[in-house]
Amino acid sequence: MTKAIEERERVVVRFAGDSGDGMQLAGSRFTDATAVVGNDLATLPSFPAEIRAPAGTLAGVSAFQIHFASLDILTPGDSPNVLVAMNPAALKANLPELDRGATIILNEDAFTKRNLEKAGYDANPLEDGSLSEYRVHRIPMSSLTAKAVDEVEDASTRDAGRAKNLFALGVLSWLYGRPTDVTERWIEQKFSRKPAVAKANLAAFNAGWSFGETTELLDVQYRVKPATDAEPGTYRNVNGTTALALGLIAASVRSGLPLVLASYPITPASELLHELSRHTRFGVSTIQAEDEIAAAGMALGAAFGGRLGVTATSGPGMDLKAETIGLAVALELPMIIIDVQRAGPSTGMPTKTEQSDLLMALYGRHGESPLPVLAPSTPGGCFELGFEAAQIAIRYRTPVIILSDTFLASSSEPWRVPSTADLPAIDPAFTPGPSAEDDGAFAPYSRDDRLARPWAIPGTPGRQHRIGGLEKADGTGNISYDPANHALMTELRSAKVAGIAYDVPLIEVDSQPGARLLVLGWGSSEGSIRAGVRRARMCGHKVACAHLHHLNPLPSNTGDVLRSFDRVLVPEMNTGQLAQVLRAKFLVDIESFGKVQGQPLFAAEIEDQIAERQ
Amino acid sequence: MSALDTSGNGPVHKLTKADFQSDQETRWCPGCGDYAVLSAVQQFMPDLGIPPERIVFITGIGCAGRFSYYMNTYGMHGIHGRAPALATGLASARQDLSIWVVTGDGDSLSIGGNHLIHALRRNVPVKILLFNNQIYGLTKGQASPTSELGKITKSTPFGVADHPFNPVALALGAEATFVARTIDRDRRHLTEVLRAAALHDGASLVEIYQNCPVFNDGAFSALTEKDVKDVNQIRLEAGQPIRFGAEGEHGVALGQHGGLEIVDVADVGEETLIVHDPHRPDPGLAFSLTRLAEDPTGPTPIGIFRDVERPVFGRTTERTPPASETDLGDLLLSGDTWIVADPGHG
Repeated sequence: MTKAIEERERVVVRFAGDSGDGMQLAGSRFTDATAVVGNDLATLPSFPAEIRAPAGTLAGVSAFQIHFASLDILTPGDSPNVLVAMNPAALKANLPELDRGATIILNEDAFTKRNLEKAGYDANPLEDGSLSEYRVHRIPMSSLTAKAVDEVEDASTRDAGRAKNLFALGVLSWLYGRPTDVTERWIEQKFSRKPAVAKANLAAFNAGWSFGETTELLDVQYRVKPATDAEPGTYRNVNGTTALALGLIAASVRSGLPLVLASYPITPASELLHELSRHTRFGVSTIQAEDEIAAAGMALGAAFGGRLGVTATSGPGMDLKAETIGLAVALELPMIIIDVQRAGPSTGMPTKTEQSDLLMALYGRHGESPLPVLAPSTPGGCFELGFEAAQIAIRYRTPVIILSDTFLASSSEPWRVPSTADLPAIDPAFTPGPSAEDDGAFAPYSRDDRLARPWAIPGTPGRQHRIGGLEKADGTGNISYDPANHALMTELRSAKVAGIAYDVPLIEVDSQPGARLLVLGWGSSEGSIRAGVRRARMCGHKVACAHLHHLNPLPSNTGDVLRSFDRVLVPEMNTGQLAQVLRAKFLVDIESFGKVQGQPLFAAEIEDQIAERQ
Repeated sequence: MSALDTSGNGPVHKLTKADFQSDQETRWCPGCGDYAVLSAVQQFMPDLGIPPERIVFITGIGCAGRFSYYMNTYGMHGIHGRAPALATGLASARQDLSIWVVTGDGDSLSIGGNHLIHALRRNVPVKILLFNNQIYGLTKGQASPTSELGKITKSTPFGVADHPFNPVALALGAEATFVARTIDRDRRHLTEVLRAAALHDGASLVEIYQNCPVFNDGAFSALTEKDVKDVNQIRLEAGQPIRFGAEGEHGVALGQHGGLEIVDVADVGEETLIVHDPHRPDPGLAFSLTRLAEDPTGPTPIGIFRDVERPVFGRTTERTPPASETDLGDLLLSGDTWIVADPGHG
């Protein structure tokens, strides 16, 4: 049967089902196939904090959203054009976010009386007309999957029950013309040791595809052309976690310092531990520490030994690491601390995103203890900032905090793979042992032109020295309680970190003639902000935007940029932390737009905020 | 066997105590037991044959924390209780170093308890010297987790109400592979135990009874004073029946309910006594030895309780240096990739 093919510039699909339904898997397979087509894309997984919330309930709904397009896109999309709902709870939880006219593809078999009750439906939405404003496709996915799997030798009913996500994936893959070989290859590899399960999943996937092709329920196939405005190069799909891991490994290889990651399991930062633990071939060692404090201590201990010491955590873990980070400030040793921010305070919402650790990263230690703070803004950008964090840490002998967040860590996008030749070498510049010319005197707290101190690692003959958290005398590093020395050391530590601005790129403003409003963001909200600005401009509004990746020190033109606009709007996923910092530092009347819902900023919200200020 | 290569590229001259003394003035109170331990450590270090640049002392907070400043080795004075964590990170990265942790009873058993037990559990190749003076000295006299019940201190004017830890028992419970106890005032015993700890491959915990002349003077006098020490020191010597007393008239034997008890040799005969074996895989008997003394005011075992082999932290995984740039390029390009052609050429 030949079906009509319609072109689409962009599509947002959300897979939603029970947390046991395999929606993350279906979504990520669809993403990989989409990446291979060459569409631009952005994804956003969303899952409950409970591993298995009661099946069929609203609390147990897990979803994965992908936005793909033939043009450059900046966000995973605000509201889906297509919702795949595997059960009534998934429909109920996601319906409020659909625009009228959106397409809903649902598993009809799951709309039983019991499931409807569990989702809190009084009446069956398939029968009471409440979905009349949407294009609804009812597909009996469970029974069609069962039928397909039934023909596979050795496959059990259980295998069939677990393969319906692949059926849904098959339908969607047909609907948007995704290549099947990418998914088939993945299934074969994933279940290579369980041939029956592999066959069951393949059967379900193919049945879904064939269903799309033959059924009259779906009368149109859509095509989204490859994105053509992408920079030439080799691309792969990465999420923020993978990109950050690769950035750290690249820094390890280019500096020659083996990477030591010490972490304590915490959502969502554990993914980085999982990712890095696979790369022993690259000299990476990972330690699952007994607690967050130990993890920070181990990273610092490794740094003392001349390694690239890294620890990763999320909000509550940062509280615990504060003491060790303060020690690293005093020791002036390179170290990287990664905070994958999540909604707080306290345990908060562990699987939900937020940017509310900024003030803690900047100021959350006792005493005067400045350190550099970086924040990547895209999944691919995590690679660059991971690498840059290592460059700064090593060059300046300082702990560096990277503020990632839940959204960045789990969101994915196409990433243009850099050439290794473009990654600069990082010189650890260890102090060598005494040579014939020098007198062997060694001052561990002497400083170079950037105020960085020497790094003499254990094993270097003739450079034995002692460092510690007690205040040190300038130069010698001996314990000192001298008032003037303390003031000097405080000033030196502060000036050293402030001086990193020398290496920080200036803010680049994306402006247009007549723009009097600047929208300034930081971290993971860059995509939403740029998309919102783009939409506002299409409505004829004059607006400029810029984004910060360096929160300390700020780019040296920050004050000038802020003062060159009549109004400055700072949207962030907190109650105005960057706004507060900028007001304090530059005496500019920043307007704050804060959002603390555990969700990313949406482009539509930014567009509204801009429109209000025209 | 130690993985440590002692050949080194350090000074060619024979090392002496002076090579391990830093230029910093020691600043403990007059009469502090720490001086004796420092001197003993500096004295026996040359015997190890490891050049000073390959030795690292990591300390926590407290009077013992100052120890690292006085050793002319590499050193890090860390933060309260965290020395074992810092040392674990260093040990994971550098198997060529001899790493020592110096800590106190408050530092290691209270604020740093978690790090201590996990370092022992993991068998991190670190020598932990636990200076136990049963008091907080640096903060001027509060009760510590080893202070005896009923003790009057600044923070416990009506007497300590919390049951104390027995550090040796705790270490054995944490599956430590080397556990010993010695005394600051007994230079020879101290040195012997430290040497054994240094030679042990894996985590060593040495509890050192250390006198605090200011806040807890005489806490261990039952074990240090001439007239009573022979009666109270139960010396543990490998392969020997456990006997003590001026004439060796007392001994340790299996009791009725599976525990150990102190007996008169004349009553039971030497063949009834327990023969000490620190290499026994089962730590049960070593634990029972710790139960002989509730606190060090009467007969108390000193020496090496346990010395066994177990896989050492950091050695089970192959650690390779960073791979080449070609490998890095392959890693960056792993997974499904696609090429966006340059429109000018495509």
